[in-house]
Amino acid sequence: MKTDGSGAHDIKMWTPATVATVLVMLGGAGVAVYRLVSGLGAATRLSDSFPWGLWLAVDVLGGVAMAAGGFIVASMVYLFNMKKYKPITRPAILTAFIGYFLAIVAILLDIGQPHRLWHPAVMWQIHSVMWVVAIHVMLYTTTLALEFSPMFFERVGWHGAARTVQKIMVPVVLFGALLSVLHQSSLGAVFLIIPGKLSPLWFNTKLPFLFLVSAVMMGLSMVGLEAILSSRAFRHPMDTEIFKGLAKALTWVALFYFVLKMYFLVAGPGLAAAFDGSMESRMYLLEMTLSVILPLLLLLGTKMKESVSGLLVIFALVIAGVLINRLNVGIFGLYRHNAASGGFYFPTWMEFAITAALIALAFFIFKMAARHLPLLTSGAASEH
Amino acid sequence: MANSVLIDMTRCIGCRGCQVACKAWNDRSVKKTVMNGNFTNPPELSSECYTHVRFVEKGVGGQPVWSFVKKQCLHCQTPACASVCPVGALRKTPEGPVTYEFERCFGCRYCMLACPFQIPKYEWEKVLPAVQKCTFCADRVKDGLVPSCIKTCPTKTMFFGSREEVIGEAKRRINGHPGKYVNYIYGKEEAGGTSWLYISNVPFQELGFDMNVPQYKLPDLTWSYISSIPVVIGAVFVAGIGSWYATRRQEVQEKEKEGKS
Repeated sequence: MKTDGSGAHDIKMWTPATVATVLVMLGGAGVAVYRLVSGLGAATRLSDSFPWGLWLAVDVLGGVAMAAGGFIVASMVYLFNMKKYKPITRPAILTAFIGYFLAIVAILLDIGQPHRLWHPAVMWQIHSVMWVVAIHVMLYTTTLALEFSPMFFERVGWHGAARTVQKIMVPVVLFGALLSVLHQSSLGAVFLIIPGKLSPLWFNTKLPFLFLVSAVMMGLSMVGLEAILSSRAFRHPMDTEIFKGLAKALTWVALFYFVLKMYFLVAGPGLAAAFDGSMESRMYLLEMTLSVILPLLLLLGTKMKESVSGLLVIFALVIAGVLINRLNVGIFGLYRHNAASGGFYFPTWMEFAITAALIALAFFIFKMAARHLPLLTSGAASEH
Repeated sequence: MANSVLIDMTRCIGCRGCQVACKAWNDRSVKKTVMNGNFTNPPELSSECYTHVRFVEKGVGGQPVWSFVKKQCLHCQTPACASVCPVGALRKTPEGPVTYEFERCFGCRYCMLACPFQIPKYEWEKVLPAVQKCTFCADRVKDGLVPSCIKTCPTKTMFFGSREEVIGEAKRRINGHPGKYVNYIYGKEEAGGTSWLYISNVPFQELGFDMNVPQYKLPDLTWSYISSIPVVIGAVFVAGIGSWYATRRQEVQEKEKEGKS
């Protein structure tokens, strides 16, 4: 593998997986055009009873939670000086950047007036959590672009610019961490306004904090999963101590999250609410099993954490579990209340197509960055 | 003056004149509806229907009794919809109405999620939709006129005045006619208080009113989070700088030791 800062050109461009990815993206692009010219009613099953659907729950809430790995790893390396994790800093920052970029694309398609996306930037309404969220997305995406820029500068040979950004990296990372903590928790705060609608299995006034902690779990797992997958796919060897370190951090955070969730279950609707056989209780148990119970059992009770393949499974479980948590808060926990007025919601194929295309786009951008930018390698400027 | 309205459901005869007057004043189109087993028509509020009268048949003392429930925006005193709107498109005006400014709205539909009464509706079929809901005829009220539904009502079902006057009138009617009304003013406490209030001779839960609407100001829930943000900023900043300084110092000290030895 070349290490001159110009990427890994030995990564094969057109594998069957990449061809499939591009096809899904093209399909999604077609649906996106249809959505923009025909409107939300034509493309989605959203209605007055279900104003928010798949795009918000998965693409926005899920996508942003997946991006949490960026600020976690950047903080570990630049603020806590944990040099061990330096090799995964760039992939983590790129993932965060992709996550936010895709969330913005999803928001653009989801809002009724896409050409007014910029309105929150000039029409301030500080009492709105959504406004807080919008400002964070704008500021943090800019911050991530700055954190990401050395890769680009090294690629085009502007080593002076790369060095300049590296010099201010500590304050930039601190600013990014600040925005991330607020943004992840703000997404939970969005749902504070609906105590009468959201099932008590999920609603409580500490929802912002629960969103933040679960985003940390998701971020650690995402970075781990991606480092394992990319080291395999691009035949780029990586120190397994990195994965084990991430898994150790994940264990502590998941234990903390489990205690929090149990406290809010018992203090809130009561333990029985999780076992009453309702749709909500089943979704709650599924979420808890995938996001914390199974991963913790595997991490603490088995030797799976010793092997890279075992860690891969654990990371994937946590990602799926937290994703279901976002689906539960955004859709399933509200379903009973929303459907009471006679509506129903199941996404159209077009809603699924857009979500699939955005995930495909994430994989594609990551691969292109690995191939053409010093992502898995690091150029001369970053060594100082 | 903050205007308010009392809907006395014992007076309504279900003529639907308010529905027609509302459509006429607010220039709403009509949609073709079909028989659906009851007399409520149109069956739900929509982007073209700001108010409708729901026909509820109840057995009282062995006799079937109609109740007519006029539904429209309740124009909360501290509206959740206005507090969550990220661009300030929804606003509580000093005159009482919660108004909507289309030019600001970018279509996030958070107001629809946040409203405890499911009032805001969306123009789903349009390419560039607007949120639609009862305006309290803000354009009439600001000129000292009553809303068009009240103007047209033949039985004076609605009493228009300040909120104090309206609550006083509600109490006077309940106390003045023992046994006629249930002793409850819907909207007095719901969602921290609304500008449109109801009194009824049939228990509200039997008429489909949501009795689980929180009896406090909903925006307080989100504001307690937002107002804590400066503290979070301070804490993260101090923790970040602190850990950076501590780990950097450790590294420098280790390097110095290596240099000396």
